[in-house]
Amino acid sequence: MHVVYPTVVSALLFSIGVYGVLARRNTILVLMSVELMLNAVNLNLVVFDVWLRDRLHGGQVLTLFVIVIAAAEVGLGLAIILALYRNRQTIDLDRLRTLTEPTDSGTDPEGGSAPDASSNAPTPGPGPDAGPARGAAPAGSPSGTVSPGNLLNSAADRAQTNSEPIIRPGDTS
Amino acid sequence: MTEVPSYLPPTGQEIIFLLLGVVAVGSALLVVTTKQVVHAALWLVVCFGALAGCYLILTAEFVAWVQVLIYVGAIVVLLLFGIMLTRAPIGRTADLDSRNRPAAAIVAIATAAVLVTVVIDGFRAAYAPLEAGGGSAKELGSSIFRNWVLPFEVLSILLLAALIGAIVLSRTDIRGRD
Repeated sequence: MHVVYPTVVSALLFSIGVYGVLARRNTILVLMSVELMLNAVNLNLVVFDVWLRDRLHGGQVLTLFVIVIAAAEVGLGLAIILALYRNRQTIDLDRLRTLTEPTDSGTDPEGGSAPDASSNAPTPGPGPDAGPARGAAPAGSPSGTVSPGNLLNSAADRAQTNSEPIIRPGDTS
Repeated sequence: MTEVPSYLPPTGQEIIFLLLGVVAVGSALLVVTTKQVVHAALWLVVCFGALAGCYLILTAEFVAWVQVLIYVGAIVVLLLFGIMLTRAPIGRTADLDSRNRPAAAIVAIATAAVLVTVVIDGFRAAYAPLEAGGGSAKELGSSIFRNWVLPFEVLSILLLAALIGAIVLSRTDIRGRD
């Protein structure tokens, strides 16, 4: 087996993963593209292990370690995405703009997404506002009314009313 | 590594590997370009399966089965659960790609060009003869538990930490300290 073939396949997979990470909006699709890049690295590790005849089998053992780390990463990433969805009702990367620099409101190039972000989130002025707000509102509850269960239910209801007419015609897939 | 056999009549292993590589790359392209979220996860299964076949041909059989078990069996199922729980639109949706798609295509093509040219230039004279048994479970197991025990244990701790972190993140009734 010429070493060129697996390494070229791996390079192509890696670039496809780069494209997916940069071009997708859905966070889960970005996670899938990250998995593609990890698999490209795995293929390289395996073929170099076979080529160099490593006595310790470092390449294949490292491949197993990378697979384990990828599993941990997907678990944590999905937990973060679910927490994000619970608080924002969206996982579009273009709409999560709370951490952007507070520019002048006129120069924001996305006129469409700006009102969404400001309606879901507090004002973009204090940047890391969403983190403490998420933890403090259910926990301290000086403002009182929002309990986590209510938050979850309202999120579910809103999402259901949003996506119900979309699910119906696409049920065949 | 001493003498390189000719490229032109490719061996049977190389032909099968190239076919599997074409399947992997094609399904990966479909993963990043499809319009339906669930189809992306299913194409990911095809891609990982083809990669497992590649590992088998490269005599890394234990890695191939671990790939099938963990990637196809666990990670894709996790991703499907994520798709389901975030109520992603099931049907064909137009706005899965962001607006910087041309820039992403340019960057990806540039990456592919650089990597492929460098790799072809660097490994043109490399040849790896395939011998069965190099990646069997016995070999890898003795290697892990003889030489790589410490990273293995550290990785177990990492997996435990990730597990606890995922539980803490996804439960809503665990509160921070006041």
